[in-house]
Amino acid sequence: MSRFFGRKAKDEFNDDLKINKISKKANGILNGLFGIWVLICILPLLLVVIVSFSSEQSIFENGYSFFPSEWSLDAYNFFFRLGDQLVRSYGITIFVTVFGTLFSMFITAMFAYVLSRSDYAYNKIFTFLMLFTMLFNGGIVANYMVNTQILGLGDSINALIFPMSINAFYVIVLRTFYKSIPMEIIEAARIDGCSEARTFFQIVAPLSKPGLATIGMFTLIAYWNDWFLGMLYIVDQKKYPVQTLLWSMQNSLEFMKQSSVNALEYSEMAKNAPTDSGRMALTVLVVLPILLAYPYFQKYFVKGLTVGGVKG
Amino acid sequence: MANKKNIKCMSGDKKSFFETFKKSLPLTLMALPALIVIILFKYLPLAGLLLAFKRFNVRQGIFGSMFVGFDNFKFLFQTSDAWVITRNTILYNGLFILLDVVLAVSIAIGLNELLNKRRAKIYQTIFMAPYFLSWVVVSFMAYSLFSVDNGLFNHLLSFLGLPEVNWYSATGKWPFILTFFQIWKTVGYSTVMYLSSLTAISNDYYEAAIIDGATKWQQIKNITIPCLKPMMIVLVILAIGRIFYADFGLFYQLPRDSGPLYPATQVIDTYVYRALKETGNVGMASAAGLYQSVVGFILVVGANLVVRKIEPDSALF
Repeated sequence: MSRFFGRKAKDEFNDDLKINKISKKANGILNGLFGIWVLICILPLLLVVIVSFSSEQSIFENGYSFFPSEWSLDAYNFFFRLGDQLVRSYGITIFVTVFGTLFSMFITAMFAYVLSRSDYAYNKIFTFLMLFTMLFNGGIVANYMVNTQILGLGDSINALIFPMSINAFYVIVLRTFYKSIPMEIIEAARIDGCSEARTFFQIVAPLSKPGLATIGMFTLIAYWNDWFLGMLYIVDQKKYPVQTLLWSMQNSLEFMKQSSVNALEYSEMAKNAPTDSGRMALTVLVVLPILLAYPYFQKYFVKGLTVGGVKG
Repeated sequence: MANKKNIKCMSGDKKSFFETFKKSLPLTLMALPALIVIILFKYLPLAGLLLAFKRFNVRQGIFGSMFVGFDNFKFLFQTSDAWVITRNTILYNGLFILLDVVLAVSIAIGLNELLNKRRAKIYQTIFMAPYFLSWVVVSFMAYSLFSVDNGLFNHLLSFLGLPEVNWYSATGKWPFILTFFQIWKTVGYSTVMYLSSLTAISNDYYEAAIIDGATKWQQIKNITIPCLKPMMIVLVILAIGRIFYADFGLFYQLPRDSGPLYPATQVIDTYVYRALKETGNVGMASAAGLYQSVVGFILVVGANLVVRKIEPDSALF
């Protein structure tokens, strides 16, 4: 269009846009406000990190402070020396996160694809089955009782994986994504003798990588961050995932000490365990993977939210 | 209703059920794993709702326990608990919904207007970050501020010569603390949603407005906000549909399960959890759970009917 009007018109138009920009002053005020919110977002986390590197003596004197009088690695040393529970919990979280995400993505991706096919005979009824779970659910008690009494998930790692392996909202987002793929491609594959499964895995799924990546990231974070299922179902504290372990430390580090194999070392350590900085050190260890990965995955979220929309 | 119509259409076709089944078998097989999970973990648990009408006994199990009619509900609604948890849940969620939409839309418009686009992107990334922290982690961050002995706030207060506050039993302060952290955690995420629909607004509107001599403020009021309205309506109504469900993590983890704070922090979800796991009153817990499920269901369906009237394209069903 602008080429049609020639160069002069385009320049005039750009001048108009320049006029339309907010003033330097308004820009400054906005930057100031956003700057404050940035600090509010970052400072609490920074405080936790600093406390985790403060010595107990410093905390005793100054409390949790941004400027400790003495730095120390005691809290982290404590975990590395007595941290067999930490390693075990990390192992459980990593297993649950990796296996859970793969399983969840596998079933969600296929299910959403089937629902995106308007030529599928049971499309409507399965869509309803899925949507209904968004409207009505049994709640904590019904889920807990059935899962422990009937499905045998009590105190089992399975309880951390399967109950959250399907999310109707993700199915809807993915279904919307698949619908943007032209039906002709699927038809063409069928004419060439491609089976339904192969059409999906070799043609549709590769075309849907951005959507799958977004949902995959959401699922991954949800598994990593889950403390609720661990708190609800896991009885034996040795099987706690890291988030639940962190929750159990709200009141004491006692459990960490008890789980130590070496009784002598325990009694020695128990006297001067870095309780205050220890909790914060564990918080840092729990949140670190998310923080490291965040710069890479955040762009998928923005993209995915833009693509999926609310409704299919 | 749509389903019934569909089934009728199918039987109207000359194809037999078996033929249809055979033809769609490959796709059905692909849907099967998810269907099994949905049935096992979403539909089977509905059987547990029976417990609301029973006196649960571990040995007799869910189906064998004695049927007591509406006794559990009677006990629940005789106490003041039912009223307190309902009030807390609705008031908190109502406040969250209102603040979230106002702040998220304001932030989104502000970010969109910033002269430096790269900087806007950085702000957006940082604002969204708290969304990806778990409530347990956030509770430890809050603890570093509110801890009675070591917390930053109490040290600041004593430094300023003011009396220290016992934060974890100061009931009156928690509505503010809870609201602040809820907004802190989620507003960046909502902002992204609004930002994405902001960029979708056609530039033509603004060009026309500039030609007519509209100021920036007038443009925001008469173009940007009306264009965001469908998104706002949908998100708000969907949130109202879920007003009966509180964020368990916020209300359980942030106050560190502190007993004195219950009047200000007890919501339906925490009440149900505590009745189930801490006091072991399964009957009461499941009665409160069913109450939540049923009222929640009515609200969600109602909310969707409203959305369908206003913005048919945005309704969930």
